[in-house]
Amino acid sequence: MQNQTPVLPNGKAQRIRSVSFKDRFASWLPKLVMTPTLLMVMVCMYGYIIWTALLSLTSSRMLPVWKFIGTGQYGKLFANDRWMVSLENLVVFGALFILTCLALGIVLAIFLDQKIRAEGALRTIYLYPMAISFIVTGTAWKWLLNPSLGLEKMFHSWGFENVQFDWLVDPDRVVFCLVIAAVWQSSGFVMAMFLAGLRGVDQDMIKAAQLDGASMPLIYRRVILPSLKPVFFSAFVILAHIAIKSFDLVAALTGGGPGYSSDLPANFMYTHAFTRAQMGLGAASAMVMLGGVLAILVPYLYSELRGKKNA
Amino acid sequence: MPRAMKNSASLPQRVLRYGLYAILLVMAFIYLMPLWVMLLTSLKDVEEIRTGTLLSLPNSLNFDAWGKAWGSACTGGTCEGISPYLMNSFMIVIPAVAISTILGALNGYVIAMWRFRGSELFFGLLLIGCFIPFQVVLLPMARTLSFFGLANTTAGLVMVHVVYGVAFTTLFFRNFYIALPKELISAARLDGAGFFRIFWRIVLPLSTPIIVVTVIWQFTQIWNDFLFGVVFSGYDTQPVTVALNNLVNTSFGGKQYNVDMAAALIAAAPTLLVYVFAGKYFVRGLTAGAVKG
Repeated sequence: MQNQTPVLPNGKAQRIRSVSFKDRFASWLPKLVMTPTLLMVMVCMYGYIIWTALLSLTSSRMLPVWKFIGTGQYGKLFANDRWMVSLENLVVFGALFILTCLALGIVLAIFLDQKIRAEGALRTIYLYPMAISFIVTGTAWKWLLNPSLGLEKMFHSWGFENVQFDWLVDPDRVVFCLVIAAVWQSSGFVMAMFLAGLRGVDQDMIKAAQLDGASMPLIYRRVILPSLKPVFFSAFVILAHIAIKSFDLVAALTGGGPGYSSDLPANFMYTHAFTRAQMGLGAASAMVMLGGVLAILVPYLYSELRGKKNA
Repeated sequence: MPRAMKNSASLPQRVLRYGLYAILLVMAFIYLMPLWVMLLTSLKDVEEIRTGTLLSLPNSLNFDAWGKAWGSACTGGTCEGISPYLMNSFMIVIPAVAISTILGALNGYVIAMWRFRGSELFFGLLLIGCFIPFQVVLLPMARTLSFFGLANTTAGLVMVHVVYGVAFTTLFFRNFYIALPKELISAARLDGAGFFRIFWRIVLPLSTPIIVVTVIWQFTQIWNDFLFGVVFSGYDTQPVTVALNNLVNTSFGGKQYNVDMAAALIAAAPTLLVYVFAGKYFVRGLTAGAVKG
């Protein structure tokens, strides 16, 4: 009996210690599980961004050289005609690509939302290009837009002898080829987003407007489209992001040509960083691209977060 | 009531309705045409391509171009067709999809159900990571891979795809798990179930839809990737997108558009098949990644 009394508190103490160790381990477990991802993100995203930023301030060519030369590479970048052409192309391509996709997406979504028979089949047809890579898209459209054997010849055989469609080899119009192929690939996706948005619109609001005698076009303009504003913004951000990152489409469809007339910044970056041994210049161009994305993304995220807090 | 409405549909309304269908069908034709043209071209011989037009039908079903594209067309250095690179793509895609999905599920589970100080901040950092242009990480990543001896290897490419795919997979799972009832977890915790037990026994069995969405999304993304492939792969580890681009742009010999188109169709087939058979989940993945991202 007397032997047992000291055991009790002792055992208790032991149990408490073991439980608390287990508890502490359990409370660390979630953090432990997140650690690999945390490390990956901090090093391979944010760390690498800083690394690239530093590289862009050096005179690195083939290999990194940590000789800092200030913002010289950025000066060189904006004095480079090829870079300026690629920026100009991005503005034209981005604007036309985004606007056409948005317009086509909204119109197709509204048309499909009219209790159409075979809606599912049509939706599938509009959306399937999204499953295809930009490389395959570029390969297909390179053939379709072939100046002598492609669409031009098809129009001629249909009796439109005067149709001239050689944009692919026209330095002033080749950007439009990129727009056509990219719109074909991405517009169905915008349609799907808007269709999902349309299905989420409050039906009571539409019924109320109808009872007030509003016509359908008026209801679309005043009630339905305004309520799709968030979808509109999301689509804009995603399309802008696709436009800025566009690299593979140019590689497959035009190879940047004729000359460098259809280069986009992403292609400039790749060419200079990896095939022309201009690492510093390539890094600087990448940083400018990041700046462009952030200029669009930060206001968007800011408004999203503020919207959530208000709600 | 609907019947009465149908009968009272006036003539202009009916005309409008036909117009609507006409426009939708024309658009469907335009969206389908490139794929149709690719298929037709791949079945013609070079002579037919020169004399015919895009939409003219081939004289006979001629699969020579498919054979060449599969086994003997030149892609830059070698002339073994596109099939070895198709295998390369599978070797990259399968482990990369598996690892990034598992990591995403665990991360999403923690962020949604085991919040700790800083987990929301981490989620924010991850979200921004979905949007950075990858050009900004290419040079350091190339240095890192060659430092670890992973340059030009399949393992290196898998790693790159996991690192930059995990932001999206985490986002998908987090958004799914945040909608699960909290009582489910708190009850299990009261019963003494631990972190992994709850995940394994309660959360994972509920996750089938989001796993399907994530796997399809990642599969499409990684299969269709060109940028990482062209920067980080070697001659014998190239994914199919890079090989296709080399095949199309290989300049020696006459242009063989039929082989180009057959190769492009082969390269596109896996993701197209996924789309045809699991289109519903594909769309859900796209809109989940988009609307909430």
